[in-house]
Amino acid sequence: MPYKIIASTCTACTACEPVCPNVAIKAKNGTYVIDPKKCTECEGEDPQCVEVCPVDGCVVVDKSVPRYVM
Amino acid sequence: MSPKVIPIFEHAAAASSGCGSKGGSGKSSCGSGAGQGDLSPEIWEKVKNHPCYSEQAHHHFARMHVAVAPACNIQCNYCNRKYDCSNESRPGVVSEKLTPELAAKKVLAVASEVPQLTVVGIAGPGDALANPEKTFKTFELIQKSAPDIRLCLSTNGLMLPDHVQTIQDFNVDHVTITINMVDPEVGEHIYPWIYYNRKRWKGRDAARILAERQMEGLEMLTSRGILVKVNSVMIPGINDQHLVEVNRIVKSKGAFLHNIMPLISEAEHGTFYGLNGQRGPTPQELKTLQDDCEGEMNLMRHCRQCRADAVGLLGEDRSAEFTTEKVAEMEVNYDAQARQAYQNFVEKERADQQAALQTELAGLVSSDIKALVAVATKGSGRINEHFGHASEFQIYELSAEGAKFVGHRRVDHYCEGGYGEDEVLETVISGINDCNAVFVAKIGRCPKDDLEKAGIEPVDAYAHEYIEQSLIAWFKEYLARGTGHTERGEGRLRQGAYIAA
Repeated sequence: MPYKIIASTCTACTACEPVCPNVAIKAKNGTYVIDPKKCTECEGEDPQCVEVCPVDGCVVVDKSVPRYVM
Repeated sequence: MSPKVIPIFEHAAAASSGCGSKGGSGKSSCGSGAGQGDLSPEIWEKVKNHPCYSEQAHHHFARMHVAVAPACNIQCNYCNRKYDCSNESRPGVVSEKLTPELAAKKVLAVASEVPQLTVVGIAGPGDALANPEKTFKTFELIQKSAPDIRLCLSTNGLMLPDHVQTIQDFNVDHVTITINMVDPEVGEHIYPWIYYNRKRWKGRDAARILAERQMEGLEMLTSRGILVKVNSVMIPGINDQHLVEVNRIVKSKGAFLHNIMPLISEAEHGTFYGLNGQRGPTPQELKTLQDDCEGEMNLMRHCRQCRADAVGLLGEDRSAEFTTEKVAEMEVNYDAQARQAYQNFVEKERADQQAALQTELAGLVSSDIKALVAVATKGSGRINEHFGHASEFQIYELSAEGAKFVGHRRVDHYCEGGYGEDEVLETVISGINDCNAVFVAKIGRCPKDDLEKAGIEPVDAYAHEYIEQSLIAWFKEYLARGTGHTERGEGRLRQGAYIAA
């Protein structure tokens, strides 16, 4: 279950893009998207995009995608 | 190339030409007569043309912010960056984000059109140093193409210690740090969290780290001779008393100017404070705190809390004229010589104003009376705005000491399309209700009568004259009347910065 960005609440502030250790976040159509294939849920530390995002509930676990396995 | 029309000459031909919300070069504001005051020649040289650092400079010179830094690394309870609409204007809000390349192009376009432009700052809409690559890339590009423009930046200070060397390398000699507290127990009520070292810190820990980093950065900058202005947001019941302590500490660490601003907290902005009914201060509360903090340190009272993409003189915002789309079509003609000529002209004009003021001050009798007055101006240090066109009034305190700029009040234009509206007039009057007189270039019969009824003397005898000299001349006459002086009630502080009509 990688993370995903709820586009309707994203302010496109860009804060998440550089903090992602997996370079999984990219700008797309005025908002940001997380590549589920690259997201590791920041295993071992707090999910960086969630930590830095200024909007509560904007970055959430994407339950439609299977959990990340090492 | 056709010669530029330089707005400072406007006063010569500024007689009323009917009402309208557009036109003119917009609003400005005027500084107090403090001028160089007790500043060292070295500091004065650095600030004299910087509108945000010198009260006197701020009605002659313009600044622009380029919104290249959208990301932030802390959350403040007075900030919500989610909305931008034409009806609102406050720090942290922009209409358009820019890349460093677009920003540099916009700076050149504005500098070509606005000879008053002396300063380009990066103030967000997030934090300049939470976006260091974009911020410094922008500085690099501007420095290459417009080397006479001064660079400055504004930061919450969290990442400041890491970037002091780069700031120095880019010759950025003005840095603003927003410091709302020095005590984490106060800070935990202002900052719900910070993002630092790959972790979100909350509560008192967050405030402690932030305060430590701010102090470290402040000391590093001042020890290198970089001028630091400290901004503080006055939040009644949270940090209002504490700001006296903040003032003492930042002064001791070498900050050169302290700017205490009122909290903006309208519920519709959706900020934590706005939604929870936290109020902002009244003008009297703000002035009392500013007076309490004013000692040896310069206190700034002319801040307009402008947007992170503002363009123009303080108090005006011409950003709508310089959207990316419009800049792309503009023919950019960067004329360093014309810009220098304008700056030389202003230098002479300022010397004249000071000389005239000094002459007028001779013969001011000593008394305990302090009168507050409002002034309608659109810049250049003159009383040159029609009452009905004013979207803000400058407030001066007159006493035996002279004329002191103590603040500004935003109001709605009273006159739209040639006739005034009574409701608007009422709010204008309530905005300057604490004043004994209002100085204007021109005023209609009806508003004149209403002002007199409200006990505010309308004065149009000094139209297009220098502000401070005129105020002192009037004050002398006021004292000589012997009709007595009454202190008036409260004025109303209208929130948010000015945006173009």
